Amino acid sequence: MSNPVSSLGHWSLRVVQQLGRMAVFAVAMAAAAVKPPLRVASFVRELYKIGVLSLIIICVSGLAVGMVLGLQGYHTLVRFGAQHSLGAVVGLSLIRELGPVLAALLVIGRAGSAVAAEIGSMVATEQLDGLRMLSIDPVGLVAAPRAAAMLTAMPLLTALFIICGLAGGYISGVGLMHGDPGSYMASLRANVDFHGDMIGSLIKSVAFGALVGVVATYRGYASAPTSEGVSAATTSTVVIGSVSVLLLDYVITALWGV
Amino acid sequence: MDRSPLRDFIVGLFVLAGLAALAYLSISIGGFSWHGRGGLELSAGFDETGGLTLHAPVVISGVRVGEVSGISLDSNFRARVDMDLDPTLKLPTDTSASIVTAGVLGDRYIELQPGGDETIIKSGDRIAFTESAVILERLIGKLVYGITNGEATETKPKPQVTPK
Repeated sequence: MSNPVSSLGHWSLRVVQQLGRMAVFAVAMAAAAVKPPLRVASFVRELYKIGVLSLIIICVSGLAVGMVLGLQGYHTLVRFGAQHSLGAVVGLSLIRELGPVLAALLVIGRAGSAVAAEIGSMVATEQLDGLRMLSIDPVGLVAAPRAAAMLTAMPLLTALFIICGLAGGYISGVGLMHGDPGSYMASLRANVDFHGDMIGSLIKSVAFGALVGVVATYRGYASAPTSEGVSAATTSTVVIGSVSVLLLDYVITALWGV
Repeated sequence: MDRSPLRDFIVGLFVLAGLAALAYLSISIGGFSWHGRGGLELSAGFDETGGLTLHAPVVISGVRVGEVSGISLDSNFRARVDMDLDPTLKLPTDTSASIVTAGVLGDRYIELQPGGDETIIKSGDRIAFTESAVILERLIGKLVYGITNGEATETKPKPQVTPK
């Protein structure tokens, strides 16, 4: 292993192996999620933990981001005498880019890390081995409801984040800077397109929900059965999740221009 | 796997709030409409669209009556602009369409001028009378050219004298 070329090769193989395992895990989880019995009760419980309990951080952050967008946008647009387009600036940046990405990053920190830590500690306390001994598939029972809840919650949280952001932009742009309330809503409505902007926002948030769901459950599931393994699973969920959300965001924007 | 009624209710509220937010963003902000097409569809040919975009408004006397649904090139290399208008409109066949600008540097939109003909235009018809977009740079160019060349006609190319 002293040869740097060999160690690079070894490292590359490990990355590819991890990606492959994660893909196999994702396919197995998707198959387990649609196979009866459908775990509706645990899906609702996870939706509560991931979705409802993330509402406060999503709404407060959305409001703050919208308010700062409104202020920054106003100060920039005033230089060009275009402050009547403030609604379009705030709305398009929130819907196309900031809403899906920031909501995903917040959900990773708030809920993705918790999912990974929960499953990781189940691994460490040999609960998943216990399930296997009872011939219950832990992927279907433990991982699938959490990933499905993540996939469901992400677009809903993103939409609420955008609404709070639009309200925040209105508060700072119209309330604090005394912009024109009519032109804020008018430029918002005139420039946001359902097919071009809203569908793109929805595609992004669903893709991020699936990605975060798979990363969080896989990192927990594949963690080492030690307390160190639990902390490593939590950390790597946040790191891998955030970086891959930002990379995927670039790929979706580049490929489909949304 | 206990089912708590209160938690189920809160989750239901959360899902409804999220769906309502999506619906508001799509319908009110994004302008999504179920009927989509099926209104009064007209087309018009222009020599110059000058940066007219899809979904640009179509107005009559400043009142929005529809939007641009398609911009393409026809076989004569003229721009063909399709419009989707309010189906309740009863426009005469000699209606004219012009591409105008909101302000000096604002967005392009289409203004319709209803004529005085008795017959009403039908969906799928072509508006015969059109006025193309005015390109400010060309206008200034013509003006400058006109001043420097006095009486010279604007279409005549400037003679190029290249020293050999």
